[in-house]
Amino acid sequence: MSSSCTPIANTQTTGSGATIYELRCGECGKSYGNRPLSACPDCLAPLEVQYDLESVRGRFTRETVAAGPANIWRYKELLPIPEGYLPDLPVGFTPLVRARGLGKRLGATNLYVKNDAVCFPTLSFKDRVVSVALANAQAFGFTTVGCSSTGNLANSVAAQAARLGIRACILVPSDLEPAKILNTQVYGARLVRIDGNYDHVNRLCTLIADEYNWGFVNVNLRPYYAEGSKTVGYEIAEQLGWRLPDNVVVPMAGGSLIRKIRKAFRELVALGLVDDKSVKFFGAQATGCSPISHAVKQGWDYIEPQRPSTIARSLAIGNPADGPAAAKMIAETGGWAEDVSDVEIVSGIQELAETEGIFTETAGGVTTAVTARLYSHGRIGRDETTVVCITGNGLKTTDALEGCYAQERAVKPRLAAFDEYIREVDGSLICAGDELVPAGGVQ
Amino acid sequence: MSVTVVLPTALARHTDGKKSFASEAKDLPGLLSEFDAKFPALAQNVKDENGKLRRFINVYINDEDIRFLGGDAHQFEDGDEVMLIPSIAGG
Repeated sequence: MSSSCTPIANTQTTGSGATIYELRCGECGKSYGNRPLSACPDCLAPLEVQYDLESVRGRFTRETVAAGPANIWRYKELLPIPEGYLPDLPVGFTPLVRARGLGKRLGATNLYVKNDAVCFPTLSFKDRVVSVALANAQAFGFTTVGCSSTGNLANSVAAQAARLGIRACILVPSDLEPAKILNTQVYGARLVRIDGNYDHVNRLCTLIADEYNWGFVNVNLRPYYAEGSKTVGYEIAEQLGWRLPDNVVVPMAGGSLIRKIRKAFRELVALGLVDDKSVKFFGAQATGCSPISHAVKQGWDYIEPQRPSTIARSLAIGNPADGPAAAKMIAETGGWAEDVSDVEIVSGIQELAETEGIFTETAGGVTTAVTARLYSHGRIGRDETTVVCITGNGLKTTDALEGCYAQERAVKPRLAAFDEYIREVDGSLICAGDELVPAGGVQ
Repeated sequence: MSVTVVLPTALARHTDGKKSFASEAKDLPGLLSEFDAKFPALAQNVKDENGKLRRFINVYINDEDIRFLGGDAHQFEDGDEVMLIPSIAGG
């Protein structure tokens, strides 16, 4: 279990109370207090933030949460926020939408979409992790922050660093979608395009963090950064009326989000905010970059790296360090992982938009298409409460839909011309019968 | 034949601070054996209880992950840069 009730010494406390937390190695269990460090110096495994949940008990209740702001800071007692830090960005608390339309298509009666396509301020779930990371970057005294990014993280670091008045240097693969590059540059961040894929960029950032005194949110600040993902889990539970779903479908890149949602659920159970329940976790990847999905299907406890080749660039991490842990966790919960082709990804984007009015990026197309497959293969029951995590906005990856929609000819501003146009595209006016009702609606 | 081994700060603490040094190892198992002799603390840090490279370490040969090149069976070439680096999740 990732959340521990073990007493913790030599630690940090949160701003408004006495939440005790520290960095601890998930492999050898050694503690490191709180500092910008991502890997255990002894066994080189990733470090994670561990809490003394007894320090939170009684201060984190349904009532205290309800009295908090309508953003992720309502859960601040379970976030690694430095003492005295006063967050002001209203990040998160995105809608949990009952997905009746999509459910009808998939044969699901109890389907929900967690819609981080509208997360504030940069329209992806990365706003959650960045806000927690930058709180710690300031506490550690970094005046420059950075990240390796497949796009969404770049946008969020650039925007939030601008608001906080911190310099930002962001490294991305050179083939990133133009919208994600523009949406980083507009905030005044230094953007460096690297001639390589994400794994090359990530490796370079690790070396830079070794030489420069910069706070890389997903390198030396990563343990804190990753904790921000837990807020997706807290919100799902609260928005379901303080209960856990039967299933969660989550896109996987580095493999962190899916684990943190489970960590959030377990913390809520440990603190008595929700009843204990077995929740199955399902991971979604693009076939063109599916190291975790492949490991789950093979029953491996390790990852074979892949060279990414997919339109879902925000998931294109061929060598995910959290991959083995994610694969193991999925198997433990009785879940599964699937991967889908680029053609299916585009169909997934369209299906979610057409049924729920939610325009997601390619990663959301992956998650939607994988969800469809999980239902069709009987891995998820039609009446089970299932939450699909949509993590980014389609306006950032419009190039994925290029050629899908023909531009119609312009119609003259006359009723006769409009009638002619309708006949032309539908064959007759009868096809448009539903729309041809008197002005003012049906009596 | 000689290759250049490159280490990050986290590992260089076991090599008297040297982040780069020459090696005559012909492959990865040979390099790990060389660590045993020259830098026992480094060997202990990067190898697991079975003498294999810990799973949280990545090895790159001239920017390419050694797993794409055949892993332990890959033969180093003269002038290669061999980088050992803890894996970082990124994302």
